[in-house]
Amino acid sequence: MNLQEKLSQSFKDLGSRLNGSESKSLRELRSRSFDYFKGQGFPTNQDEEWKYTSLNKIVKRDFDFSSQVSSEILAEDIEPFLCEGLDSYKLIFINGVFNKSLSILGSNEKFFVGSLKQGMKEMPDIINTHYGKLADTKQSLVALNTAMANEGAFVYVNKGVKLDKLVQILFVNTNHEESRMMQTRNLFVLEDFAEVQIFERHQALNQGHVFSNSVTESSVGNQAHFKHFKLQNDFDSSSMVDSTFVKQGANSSALVDTFAFSGELVRNNLHFEFTGMHAEAHMDAITLLKGKSLVDHHTFVDHAVPHCQSNQLYKGVYDEKSKGVFNGKVMVRKDAQKTNAFQQNNNLLLSDFSSIDTKPQLEIFADDVACSHGCTIGQLDEEALFYMQTRGIPLKEAKAFLMFAFAGDTLKNITIPELKTQLINLVARELKVDLELNEV
Amino acid sequence: MLKIKDLSVEIEGNKILKGLNLEMNKGEVHAIMGPNGAGKSTLSAVIAGREEYEVTGGTIEFEEKDIMDMAPEERAHLGIFLSFQYPVEIPGVSVTNFIKTAINESRKATDLDPMPAKDLLKKMRDKQELLEMDKTFMSRSINEGFSGGEKKRNEIFQMAMLDPKLAILDETDSGLDIDALRIVANGVNKLKNDNNAVMIITHYQRLLDHIVPDFVHVLFDGKIVKTGDKNLALRLEDQGYDWIKQEQKV
Repeated sequence: MNLQEKLSQSFKDLGSRLNGSESKSLRELRSRSFDYFKGQGFPTNQDEEWKYTSLNKIVKRDFDFSSQVSSEILAEDIEPFLCEGLDSYKLIFINGVFNKSLSILGSNEKFFVGSLKQGMKEMPDIINTHYGKLADTKQSLVALNTAMANEGAFVYVNKGVKLDKLVQILFVNTNHEESRMMQTRNLFVLEDFAEVQIFERHQALNQGHVFSNSVTESSVGNQAHFKHFKLQNDFDSSSMVDSTFVKQGANSSALVDTFAFSGELVRNNLHFEFTGMHAEAHMDAITLLKGKSLVDHHTFVDHAVPHCQSNQLYKGVYDEKSKGVFNGKVMVRKDAQKTNAFQQNNNLLLSDFSSIDTKPQLEIFADDVACSHGCTIGQLDEEALFYMQTRGIPLKEAKAFLMFAFAGDTLKNITIPELKTQLINLVARELKVDLELNEV
Repeated sequence: MLKIKDLSVEIEGNKILKGLNLEMNKGEVHAIMGPNGAGKSTLSAVIAGREEYEVTGGTIEFEEKDIMDMAPEERAHLGIFLSFQYPVEIPGVSVTNFIKTAINESRKATDLDPMPAKDLLKKMRDKQELLEMDKTFMSRSINEGFSGGEKKRNEIFQMAMLDPKLAILDETDSGLDIDALRIVANGVNKLKNDNNAVMIITHYQRLLDHIVPDFVHVLFDGKIVKTGDKNLALRLEDQGYDWIKQEQKV
């Protein structure tokens, strides 16, 4: 069987497994989406949005869709991948399957932190109102996910509630030999004046060819505040396409901060739209790659209403034969006067074989707006390295110091100290910074 | 302490130093003066270990050790310090972090444990005071947005923190107003003792009013062509370099 046939079979199997337990509208959404995907197939380089990034090699693999042998994962196996020293909610998924015993859930009339499946049972109205409403099923991989996904995280925060703890979501993959495809799906709903912070991590434990096709929908109400940190720290044998859709109401703020440290192929599609004025969107990312890894960031910010602000800060450090892509599109529609849209993409190429393709796209149809984009590609500053060396800092440490400093300002929006420490340490480790970086 | 013999240096095929000789002992202050393009900054960069320069001949010894094949950081660990004419801005690295790393790397190289945070803090406070620096300095990124005077003071602050045996001050006076000049000079004088040495590279006499040199050397066309005491600097200030050029022609 080829992949398309396998997927068709797998879709049928899913249908019989669910056996009509889902709502009619969801069943229809699934089948509509699957038909669309079948018609479109996987994206190819012919598609403008996929010009620099080819899924070809990945989709040719012999994926195994047989049901997974449940893997014995203990709390201590996953502990290193969670933020330490912090009281938090935890949603743990092993090979795409929700693991209740390793998770720390929470729910009352103010909020719900659990799995999507649970959510569908316990809060069907909320799910019906929000599920599948933001994700663009005219993108074939989003359509595929919408058809096939039935596991993922669901976080709901009611009006005026500030969630007391960080929500940590960990997707662990334990496969080693067979190639696996994962369809994970998250839904985050913040009602007006709600607040939540989420840390989502994808982590392989073994060198298996895992391809995660993940979709996240985040609905951020009026005056709500949302922060979503994503860590993609897999083996370089893992691949991932993450499509995240954020909708923001008036006076809200939302941050998506992406840390991409490895992967055979990682594609992040980040889509922001505003439904009310004076909303503020932040997109930060730090990409640190080596080997033959490829990370492709595609962002699209749709300014359709006036007085909104978007800030994008994408930084990358590429070593060996790694490759980066940044494609940042900002649309300012006719009525979106007083829009502030900023975009910055700074890159360091550490080897003659690493590369970055960067493409800012501004489409502006309003006349009273402030939009800017900037892009730099460079090497480490020789003068600064010599300066540090003359102070006794060895070249290797000096380089690490400079890279760390370069990456540093993408960490500024992290306000939870434990999370910040965790992410700083990870960045430092990736950069092999063997320095005591905390202030004395 | 420092012995430079017959040093010849090129950059991209241009001969800059052409057989330079210089000897410095502990407790001495030497001023190197000379017209633009004479090779003053090249000399300081080569002593500090800058790689772009090609040494085509001669030797540099520091405390009886040949340092020619040493990396800049190894030279720093021996106690050589270069204050830059144009200190480099390093966004994202705070002065505190930087100096702490520098000190502890030097200590590591000499098998010492890291300096306890308390001692480090105290030393930083003392040296900050010596150089009349604002407290906020410490948390700012190195040299980023610093004024010319602040950058130079920061150089001398680092020197004070690192206690070098040989400090090379490359045009430390350029871009300083009178007050900053006084503060910087005062800082250097306080740090000066019988066990260290200072090389002052300058165009002008004015820094030498504050830091009195034991020797003044004139660097011209890649060589030291004249050596005298502080009066030589005064004569250069008064008469310029034309008379040196005349002498060289003869």
